[in-house]
Amino acid sequence: MIHLKDINKTYDSGTKLHVLKGISLDVNDGEFVSIMGASGSGKSTLLNIMGILDSYDSGEYSIDGVEIRNLSENRAAEIRNKMIGFIFQSFNLISFKNAMENVALPLMYQGVGRKRRNALAMEYLDRLGLKDHATHLPSELSGGQKQRVAIARAMITHPRIILADEPTGALDSHTSLEVMQLLRRLNEEGMTIVVVTHESGVANMTNKIVHLKDGVIESVEDNVHHDASLYGRGGLMK
Amino acid sequence: MNLHDKLHILRELFDSDRLIEVISTLGKNKSRTMLTAFGIFWGIFMLILLLGGGMGLEKLLMNNFSGFSSNAAIIVPQTTALPYKGYDKGRDWHLAMGDVLGMKHYLSEAENITPVCFNYVTGRNGKHTASVTLKGIKPDYLRIEEQKIKFGRSLNDNDIKTGRKVCVIGKNVWTQLFPDGSNPCGKYIEAGGVYFEVVGVDVRSSNIGLGGRAENSVIVPLPVMQRIYNTGGRVDMICITGRKGVTMATMENRIREYLYHAHSIAPSDNEAMTYFNMETFFQMFQNLFHGINILVWLIGIGTVLSGVIGVTNIMLVSIRERTVELGIRRAIGAKPRDIVAQILMESGVMTITAGLSGITAAVAILAFAEPMIQKSSDTTATFQIPFSFALGAAIALLVLGLLAGIFPSLRALTIRPVDAMRDE
Repeated sequence: MIHLKDINKTYDSGTKLHVLKGISLDVNDGEFVSIMGASGSGKSTLLNIMGILDSYDSGEYSIDGVEIRNLSENRAAEIRNKMIGFIFQSFNLISFKNAMENVALPLMYQGVGRKRRNALAMEYLDRLGLKDHATHLPSELSGGQKQRVAIARAMITHPRIILADEPTGALDSHTSLEVMQLLRRLNEEGMTIVVVTHESGVANMTNKIVHLKDGVIESVEDNVHHDASLYGRGGLMK
Repeated sequence: MNLHDKLHILRELFDSDRLIEVISTLGKNKSRTMLTAFGIFWGIFMLILLLGGGMGLEKLLMNNFSGFSSNAAIIVPQTTALPYKGYDKGRDWHLAMGDVLGMKHYLSEAENITPVCFNYVTGRNGKHTASVTLKGIKPDYLRIEEQKIKFGRSLNDNDIKTGRKVCVIGKNVWTQLFPDGSNPCGKYIEAGGVYFEVVGVDVRSSNIGLGGRAENSVIVPLPVMQRIYNTGGRVDMICITGRKGVTMATMENRIREYLYHAHSIAPSDNEAMTYFNMETFFQMFQNLFHGINILVWLIGIGTVLSGVIGVTNIMLVSIRERTVELGIRRAIGAKPRDIVAQILMESGVMTITAGLSGITAAVAILAFAEPMIQKSSDTTATFQIPFSFALGAAIALLVLGLLAGIFPSLRALTIRPVDAMRDE
């Protein structure tokens, strides 16, 4: 599904900062992977590259067999829209649109009519238990509710893969657990999910943990039994 | 295309998702939208108000001269200032019917040459009296000072030929001598001791007129007047209009040349005759309003342009503030052209809405003021801009709105999705 080979990325703002130093990683269909590392390890940059939100300097990257290099902005937008669902730490909902409109927005850029996309958005909100909050603005929702709206938005286009950047970073441990359980359930339904986190508890809920340190992959840990850390037991997150 | 198809297209246009998206984005950021749009609103509002006001003022003032030929000159004899051919200076001389005939022969560039006599007398109908200008004319004169006949008719050639004592009375004379407002035609009034049969009422009001305002005139056939006062062929004034393309200023020399020769006046004696050139007088007014018009357009267009620049300006600033929104849109699949279209449509919708409200507000104020000004000035001056103006303004606004959106939309394009993620 995701194929990364020898990816390098350098930020050049005054002083050169070599963030990713030859990352090679494969994520297969249906996998639930977390990328762990301290801040500054390059994990968010890696996720941005995977989401075609950022460019890379050298290496090979393909999603579902589509080579991602020198893509036109239009093509990149299309791939982001159809193949990738994004979940962010700060939720990134549009503040002046209500929950339903936020969820429906990706479909607008596919040219789906207003009525149909709003109906679909209601369906997804219903699945995530937010039907009653459909007309609420983001400012009227709790953190957990906002993140669930964001998850509904990520799911509505039936993407091949969901990329989550610190999805629990702004949530308390109870809501964090709920959100992670939601992602688990999605994964069990067959969705490929990549989560970036620095929280062991979050990583422990995934099936494969990629440890990133100073721009290189330190180790890849299979976590099928979810016993990578003591956080695994009893749903302890933080 | 049948009606059904047309309605369908119309519905599609209004159901256009993009437009709804743009309108809802504008609507949900009200204060930003209002601030941005106000400059346009104000500019158009001022432009239309000034234009309407300027045009109304012009009509209002031009009403004062309405009905009076704008290319006329009036010749009035005065006393001579120089001795000539054995005559002493300070001599009174008079125009005569012979001069009219001679000038008609001599001045081929003149269109109409007509004599006028007048006298200030008291008009009387029973116990009702009025101060009137008794004015003797030939029907030619009515081409220079038009009449607006309410009852009866104007004087005609037959009145001149038969020498009947008939008259056409002005509006004030009618209301003063016939306070009941009845049709006076066929009745007799006394003016300067002579009875005239009223054959018509002229209700034109104007602040310009030979020997007094038209409202206060009693118009009688010239030969009748000359007979009554026993002045022979004497004429008080001669009115002249030129043919198309001839200015009254260029005719002055030829007229002086002819009359000075005929009446033995020194060619260099400028005081012996007054040549009142109505044409330059009118032109002066026209130039004045031309100047006002240019000024109005300059101010108006300047204000509109500064409004448009204001739209660009505030949008540029707001793009920075909207980094997150635009970045999210990009991240979830908006193509560059989607973003450009959104910003362009936002500025287009904003400018045209603000502009149309500006036009509407200005038109409403003009429509409100018009009847009040008409009432107080007793005229029918209109202060409304023509519909084509409003239409042209609307099209210009759409173009300006799209132009105003170009810079902001290009700025919006430079926002990458990662910027949005980083921003928060």
